[in-house]
Amino acid sequence: MRYNRAAMVTSTAGGAQFQYASDRSLLIYFGREIKPRAHEELRKLLCLLEREPIVGVCNLHPAYCSLLVKFDPLRLRHEQLEALLREYLSRLGTVNLPDAKHVEIPVCYGGEFGPDLPGVCELHGLTTAQAIELHTSTEYLVYFLGFVPGFAYLGELPPELVTPRLDSPRRSVPLGSVGIAGNQTGVYPFATPGGWRLIGRTPTPLFRAERDDFSLLSIGDRVRFTAISAEQFAELERA
Amino acid sequence: MTTLQVLAPGLLTTVQDLGREGFGPLGVSPSGAADSLSLRLGNRLVGNLEGAAALEMTLLGGTFLFSESAVIALAGSDFGATLDDTPVELYRSVEVRAGKTLRLGPTKSGARCYLCVRGGFDVELFLGSASTHLLCGLGGHEGRALRKGDVLKIWPASGTHQRRRISSQVLARFAPRKILRVTAGPQGGCFAPGAWELLFSSAYRVAEESNRMGIRLQGPAIPTDSAGEMITEGVSLGAIQIPPGGLPIIPFVEQQTTGGYPKIANVISADLPSLGQLRPRDEIRFELVGAEAAHAMLLEQEALLASEEMFVP
Repeated sequence: MRYNRAAMVTSTAGGAQFQYASDRSLLIYFGREIKPRAHEELRKLLCLLEREPIVGVCNLHPAYCSLLVKFDPLRLRHEQLEALLREYLSRLGTVNLPDAKHVEIPVCYGGEFGPDLPGVCELHGLTTAQAIELHTSTEYLVYFLGFVPGFAYLGELPPELVTPRLDSPRRSVPLGSVGIAGNQTGVYPFATPGGWRLIGRTPTPLFRAERDDFSLLSIGDRVRFTAISAEQFAELERA
Repeated sequence: MTTLQVLAPGLLTTVQDLGREGFGPLGVSPSGAADSLSLRLGNRLVGNLEGAAALEMTLLGGTFLFSESAVIALAGSDFGATLDDTPVELYRSVEVRAGKTLRLGPTKSGARCYLCVRGGFDVELFLGSASTHLLCGLGGHEGRALRKGDVLKIWPASGTHQRRRISSQVLARFAPRKILRVTAGPQGGCFAPGAWELLFSSAYRVAEESNRMGIRLQGPAIPTDSAGEMITEGVSLGAIQIPPGGLPIIPFVEQQTTGGYPKIANVISADLPSLGQLRPRDEIRFELVGAEAAHAMLLEQEALLASEEMFVP
């Protein structure tokens, strides 16, 4: 069998493009760039699919400008799903997204909690105070939750803080660590391996099985970080 | 109430069912049995719904004491099981009397063996599933692998049980594969023809650091120069991701839900259970099939699973 590369993109609908991903999943791209407009379209489709679920669709994985739709291949075929999704896409104009939830996350910057902060400051010629000021001055958009439960991809960082990820990832990043990578920032909800540069830590739990909604953050939320002292961190952690 | 007491846990023994689908927007991967086919067969043998919670053992099995009589079935790889020193065959329902000890050892074949018990294990569900998600410590038995001294409850089962096994002809057709069939992945078109040739002409070895999150492969590095930078997106189970170093990583049941490595191909649904039986150092190859063929193979597998003829007394 020859590798038919041209046949892999299935088709487009309006601005969206369908792509075969596996024998039980289909990707929908809203452009190939991280753009607020694309993200809004994506959220509208996600919203519609959660409101009016398609029988046979078993999971949805939103990202910056794409949605991976996993389905039961015994109940749906790619072509059928695509036809159904085209109809959903044609109705995006009628979807009103809920108002963004605003969330504040307290962070103790630097020291043992943010071992990469000195390096980040050095790279950009910033003082610690300036770097903290930059990180806390911006309101970030939750583009999506991914990687591990409750991990929110937040963007964008002020350009002065844009830093590449570590050359080799840490084997275990402590829970609650606040990291930056490229123009993104995020908080590790669990102790996991990770390659983002750690600048601080929050005592606020990001994902809890006991919470009604499990995750502190969800797609479309707006997030602001506030600087706290080590004493405040200890106090909040106890609370 | 019937319980199972863990006298020795084995290397990595967890409670698993068919996983929790539907929580992708929260970043939660399904988890569930690494070899779902074996879990389903084992549960069918003891008269459970095929997704009942069972124990998944890895490479080295545990030792378990039954408080009351129970009906069990072992499925997957041969871990040399004995019941008070009498060998226990795989893929056969077996009655265990109260106070008996089931002992499993190191694997003689693949990576995983499932212990299914009539009624299924009774653990607290997390997001609708009994499966353990090790990375975040949720689900299963206290969100972790079993330890010595743990006691698991077993749901009572009604009705009588008919002893049965799975016919050897059927088992042969379900045997785990070392040549994994794949369809083209979403970035397949971004790889140079040479990358494709290399992937399908080479043998890859399963690396030691493989686990339920991902299977890492060693072998010829796949060139990614033409694949370019991509934006993080949702990742399918069984995708063949090519990181910058060129050594493939296959996201598995406890996978990261999103990722930024280009995916050249994806293991077909019918062969996903085979991934769960791969041991470190096993050698595998990939074979490209079309979307229609992949679908036909799944239908064939499911038809076989649905037939009652696979059971013999």
